[in-house]
Amino acid sequence: MSQVGAGEHSPEVRSAGISLTGAPLWLGLFAMTWIFSSYGRDFSKALDARWIMKYPAGWRLPFKRDISDAMKWLVEDASFGLFTFKEFTRGIAWLIELPYDFVRAAVIDGFVVGVGSEASQIAPSLSWIAIIAVVVAIGRVAKDWRLAALVGGCFLYLAVFGQWDSAMVTLASVLISVPIGVAGGLLLGIGAYRWPLFDRILRPILDLMQTVPVFAYLVPILFLFGFGPVSALVATIIYAMPPMVRVTTLALQGVPTEIREFGAMVGCTRRQMMWKVLVPAAAPSLMVGVNQVIMLSLNMVIIASMIGAGGLGFEVLSSLRRLDIGAGLEAGIAIVVMAIALDRLSQAFAVRPTPTHDEIESLQKAGLVKRHPWSSTVLAVALVTGLVGLMLPAAQSYPASLTLTTGPFWADLVEFINVNFFDQFEAAKTFMLTYLLLPVKRFLLGIPWPWGVAIITLAGWRFGGWRLALLAGGLTLFIAANGLWGKAMTTVYLCGVSVLLASLIGIPLGVLSAENERANRIVSAVIDTLQTLPSFVYLIPVVMLFRVGDFSAMIAVVLYALAPAVRYAAHGIRGIEPQLIEAGIVSGCTRWQLLRKIKLPLALPEILLGLNQTIMLALSMLVITALVGTRDLGQEVYIALTKADSGRGIIAGLSVAAIAIILDRILAASARNARARLGLET
Amino acid sequence: MKKSLSLIAALSAAVYLGPLTLTANAAENQDPIKLTLHDWTGQLLTTKIMGEVLKEGGYNVEYVTADYIAQFAGLKTGDLHVAMEIWETTGREAMDEAVATGSVENLGETGMLAVEEWWYPAYMKEVCPGLPDWKALNDCAEEFATPETAPNGRYLGAPVTWGGFDDERVEALEMDFEVIHAGTDAALFAELQSAYQRKAPIVLWVYAPHWAPFKFDGEWVEFPEYSKECYQDPSAGINPDMAYDCGKPRGPIWKVSWSGVKDKWPGAHKAIKAFHVENDEMGAMVTKVDLDGKDLDGVVKEWMDANKDRWSDWISK
Repeated sequence: MSQVGAGEHSPEVRSAGISLTGAPLWLGLFAMTWIFSSYGRDFSKALDARWIMKYPAGWRLPFKRDISDAMKWLVEDASFGLFTFKEFTRGIAWLIELPYDFVRAAVIDGFVVGVGSEASQIAPSLSWIAIIAVVVAIGRVAKDWRLAALVGGCFLYLAVFGQWDSAMVTLASVLISVPIGVAGGLLLGIGAYRWPLFDRILRPILDLMQTVPVFAYLVPILFLFGFGPVSALVATIIYAMPPMVRVTTLALQGVPTEIREFGAMVGCTRRQMMWKVLVPAAAPSLMVGVNQVIMLSLNMVIIASMIGAGGLGFEVLSSLRRLDIGAGLEAGIAIVVMAIALDRLSQAFAVRPTPTHDEIESLQKAGLVKRHPWSSTVLAVALVTGLVGLMLPAAQSYPASLTLTTGPFWADLVEFINVNFFDQFEAAKTFMLTYLLLPVKRFLLGIPWPWGVAIITLAGWRFGGWRLALLAGGLTLFIAANGLWGKAMTTVYLCGVSVLLASLIGIPLGVLSAENERANRIVSAVIDTLQTLPSFVYLIPVVMLFRVGDFSAMIAVVLYALAPAVRYAAHGIRGIEPQLIEAGIVSGCTRWQLLRKIKLPLALPEILLGLNQTIMLALSMLVITALVGTRDLGQEVYIALTKADSGRGIIAGLSVAAIAIILDRILAASARNARARLGLET
Repeated sequence: MKKSLSLIAALSAAVYLGPLTLTANAAENQDPIKLTLHDWTGQLLTTKIMGEVLKEGGYNVEYVTADYIAQFAGLKTGDLHVAMEIWETTGREAMDEAVATGSVENLGETGMLAVEEWWYPAYMKEVCPGLPDWKALNDCAEEFATPETAPNGRYLGAPVTWGGFDDERVEALEMDFEVIHAGTDAALFAELQSAYQRKAPIVLWVYAPHWAPFKFDGEWVEFPEYSKECYQDPSAGINPDMAYDCGKPRGPIWKVSWSGVKDKWPGAHKAIKAFHVENDEMGAMVTKVDLDGKDLDGVVKEWMDANKDRWSDWISK
């Protein structure tokens, strides 16, 4: 969210931030915080003022109850006159379910008429061979045979490793949620581009959509849209849409003025201007948004399966529930593989050259089959395998006897490591706990809440002026006033330590991959996998090696949040003007000096943005870490989910969002200050 | 709209089920009966068995994946119809609350008994010979310590959402243990498996019916026996000042349904009420699926073939 959040505040605010370089001030404040944190408890006891350490229950705001009541009203009583609110949402659910059922029937279930015992199948689903033929053809059309082979290979993996049925269920939900997410995002983005007021209202809502953990709004969604795949689809769409909105607005703003003027010159109407000129011109950038929607939809697979989406996510969960690590990993990899296939395809479409005039003309002269060679081939394959499949089941569904599994290998590997290296792991863990995790935890949890609010407000003011101060202070107070101070601090501690480690590992990796192409390829493959592989897959082996506790949670967060630290650092270094580096070489810098004195300082703003993204990802992992038993806001959200308590979940979710927004705004402001200091921005 | 909705629901149900060639004998209402699936094998087995029996009775059945506690919201509104496993130990509170609204009906016991208690692997008996007595366990608390909890022992408890009052129990019985809560039961049993592979000390929350007590050799810790008074009245039990100074309750696993089921599908209502399976039978099936890697639907079919007399009795009632 930061890339977009940047540039929101006016320039005069920024100058206030840099005119005072207050290192001594911050040191002083830190020392004071330390003292408060160490002695706050004794102090509050001596004064007999417990409210200093613990926000008094009597002062709490009744938001939790209010939200739950509002939810109840919405579900039970709210009405538009002709129909109730619930009927309205159920209507939407019905609209989404129609195409979903159709797609599901096409890829896996087959078409059936009649009900239950009287049902008879009128047409089988596409056979596995036909579906592979479809994706291969799409790959060929989008780019070349290499891409076709890649996506074909990806789908073949699904068949060979016995993930086909689950994968097709997941594919069906992706095929529904992505178009809705893209279309919705496009429309909202266009709205934001056209009407600045709409943009201003939309921005904070998008921030919330991206930072409130999905679990927090699952309960209301279940109430309104009913149990089953549709609710999961709705949650996925809410989660995956925001990047599309942001990208659309940015892409439209980035269309060169010449194109716009050209449109005006040929006399486009407003509508023609938008759909015939601006949107096509922005298409390559828009595809970045589409790609994000696909990725985020696949990220949601696990959570969606918890509320009835089934598919690969359910496969992962149930495998790990019986501690079948290998099966969990295979299902997890299936999600990665699917992400790779869809990602490459969407990217290929983004850069696909448009056919020339001559090509179009020669095509129009050809016959129907010749004009659509790929569609015809695919149709033929579908028909043939469908018919053959009636007699030979292997042509319809991949035979179970030919599937492979690596399950035993992984179980043995984990057991081997566990039995032979547990003591070494334990020693490393104890060291980290004693010297890093526990001191930070004690420090943060010791801070009295009034002082915490004061410090955050001050930081907001120093970096971004009074508006940021007001925002940051208000949000911090919101957390305290809902009685979540302790859990919020545990959250900050866990995320803080993880972000620190992720940066310490990620930034050097980023620098390395910017300097060395081969390293770059390996590092990107690893971090891409880590981001799409559901974290639950590696969380369970981590628990086996490190036990339940903060340390296991931290490892999971670090692994997930590593990616942006690496990517932004690499991007920052690559983006440095070559003249500046040459100037360094000319003046006789060694490699090390070049890196330390020129490259790193110049890449600092990008690295800060990367840090920002790392924090956001770390916060979004909270709910997952709750699954290993941390006592933070993630756990609060999770408890609320299992107790179906809308108010509690939403408040805890908003608190997570509050932390994210405070850190995002402060970091974005300081990145801006850094850019200004370096003269990269005027 | 309503009509088309149910048509679609019916269509989609048909899609989920695939073709069936059965003579409908009961056929009260052709709308699908929605049974909820959760994420543990025992529940999947119970539900699928019930579903298959209902199909044999000519009903249309749809399986919906839903969260264990969150499903009550759906059961109240009639979005969902039947939940086959509500454990006395973890779901009682939510179930009572739902039944009190009048929209959810308790259909009685499944016949299975939920056991939840502290559990240790058999090899711990060598280190701590007095087991399974809880006092003996407490005497060797240090054997169960980890660097984070030393000198106290480490007890791995269930996810906080499951309740169980272990923090209170440790305090009331003045035990030298620290309660660490796992976040999910996957994490819980991952730790057990890890410790078991290394023969490392561990005491944790285990429940049955589950594959773990079948796969791993071990025993339940024996606490002072549970009584209602012990939980509610501080003066009862060993510790005169505190409640929870005893073991955990063992109780039935219940079946519940949306209260509309009774009128809409009276025959199915009776069949679900009649459903009865016992711990050992279920435990054996869970083991087949989770440990022997057998296909779940295959195990259900095996049971259906072997117990035709039993289940045909349920639907004919």
